[in-house]
Amino acid sequence: MKCDNCDNEATVHEVTVRKGKKIEKHLCEQCAAGEGLSVQASLPINTLLSKFMMSTQLEEESETVDHCPECGMTFAEFRQSGLLGCAACYDSFEDQLTSLIERAQEGRSRHVGRTPASGPKCLDRENIIASLRQELDEAVASERYERAAQIRDELRTISESADADDDDGD
Amino acid sequence: MPHEDPINPEGGVEWLRADGPQTDVVMSSRIRLARNLESFPFLTKATPDERQRIVAIAREQTLAAALADQMIWVDLRETPKLERNLLVERHLISKQHAKGDAPRAVAVSSPDERLAIMVNEEDHLRIQVMRSGLDLQEVFQQISEVDDKLEKRMDFAFSSRFGFLTACPTNVGTGIRVSVMLHLPGLKLSGELEKVRRAAKSMSLAVRGFYGEGSDAVGDFYQLSNQTTLGKTEEQILEEFEGKMLPKVIDYERHARKKLLAERRKLIEDRVHRALGTLRHARLLAANESLQLLGYLRLGVAAGLIKDVPLQTVNRLILLTQPAHLQRALQKELDQAKRRVERADLVRAQLAG
Ligand SMILES: [Zn+2]
Ligand SMILES: [Zn+2]
Repeated sequence: MKCDNCDNEATVHEVTVRKGKKIEKHLCEQCAAGEGLSVQASLPINTLLSKFMMSTQLEEESETVDHCPECGMTFAEFRQSGLLGCAACYDSFEDQLTSLIERAQEGRSRHVGRTPASGPKCLDRENIIASLRQELDEAVASERYERAAQIRDELRTISESADADDDDGD
Repeated sequence: MPHEDPINPEGGVEWLRADGPQTDVVMSSRIRLARNLESFPFLTKATPDERQRIVAIAREQTLAAALADQMIWVDLRETPKLERNLLVERHLISKQHAKGDAPRAVAVSSPDERLAIMVNEEDHLRIQVMRSGLDLQEVFQQISEVDDKLEKRMDFAFSSRFGFLTACPTNVGTGIRVSVMLHLPGLKLSGELEKVRRAAKSMSLAVRGFYGEGSDAVGDFYQLSNQTTLGKTEEQILEEFEGKMLPKVIDYERHARKKLLAERRKLIEDRVHRALGTLRHARLLAANESLQLLGYLRLGVAAGLIKDVPLQTVNRLILLTQPAHLQRALQKELDQAKRRVERADLVRAQLAG
């Protein structure tokens, strides 16, 4: 895909929703830098947060929760300090956090490392999910959208069953 | 409880030993794990009472878990500022952890000081293992054992999706931070440091100064660490860190030193001997100045230009000339002007030829 502004390959893709309209931008690294966007996965957290803030503030209708029912932290508070209030915040702000985490973590948002011995024993499933997600990224990158849609369905099924299990566990 | 004097200023300090592998470039290796107790909110939302209970649980469990031959518990609230700064200078707690008067503590293995567990820093527990030179495999093995032992005694906040849950989402997942302290005077002098910085950044590695985030790289000491913690196993993160970027940086630094010695030998010799001359004769030494000079001296010793000063002496001086260590050795608080006098005296005495 070519950059919107020049002939270079576009490597930065941003989608924002403004007044209900989806605006897509595809830019090369230089042009993105010129517009204050960045592909650096390892931005310092403050920069990351302020960029994230800018793009979420553009979204007029956000249907996300405004505070964590467990600890009372609001997302605005989190933006200010960069620190969450409790473990449940990860559920409460899952949507907002996922895109933030993906930016900070080279596009990844699934744990595959050590688990507590007493914790959920679903690493096999997690591994499957992780590889599916990677496959999904590759499918999107190579514009194989039908395959991407299939993978999304698979992922949904798996994560729904995971959620059900988690609930049982509690 | 009366405050004892657990940390011997001239004692253990792992990174002073200068005897691990690749110590010409790598001062020390460190891995840190972030963990939180499941049944308490993170510290931003914890009440003073909850913080106190976290400290009490951590104390009981870390001391009972047989993590080292001897563990020392330092209640930072009852510890005078000078002692807290001493711990910062030894890299056993962070600057942030030294500040404030909220309930918090650190557990340190003694006398080697390889293991330190900060309680109530940004997360409930920050477990760190450190070794002299480049020794990340050993460090990883030790910290995994510590994590296993602690995990049997405490329930850590964990989700199957995001892994170990941390106060800052940039640490989530493994909660692991792998880092090495590097001495890079060759790259600095040859003007190639920016290139390395950029390369590191593109590989999601952070480059920081001697005392971590926001600190200067005085003396050409740099901390290199991983930035991503999620979506890869601890082993993968370690392997990428150890296998990809780090050997290159070490190679670049050695190459830069060799090249400087071949092409600009007099310049390097001059820097190194001037540094030694100043250190041996100065009557006033500011902290940053002495660290910079000790950095050049370290380069001279590692490159074989200086033969009568052991590397270990240089490393020791890097620590002992820090403000808190200086005051602690003299058993009194000193203002900055007096510290300069005492610092110069100490360095002269240690380097007397
Ligand atoms: Zn462009
Ligand atoms: Zn919360």
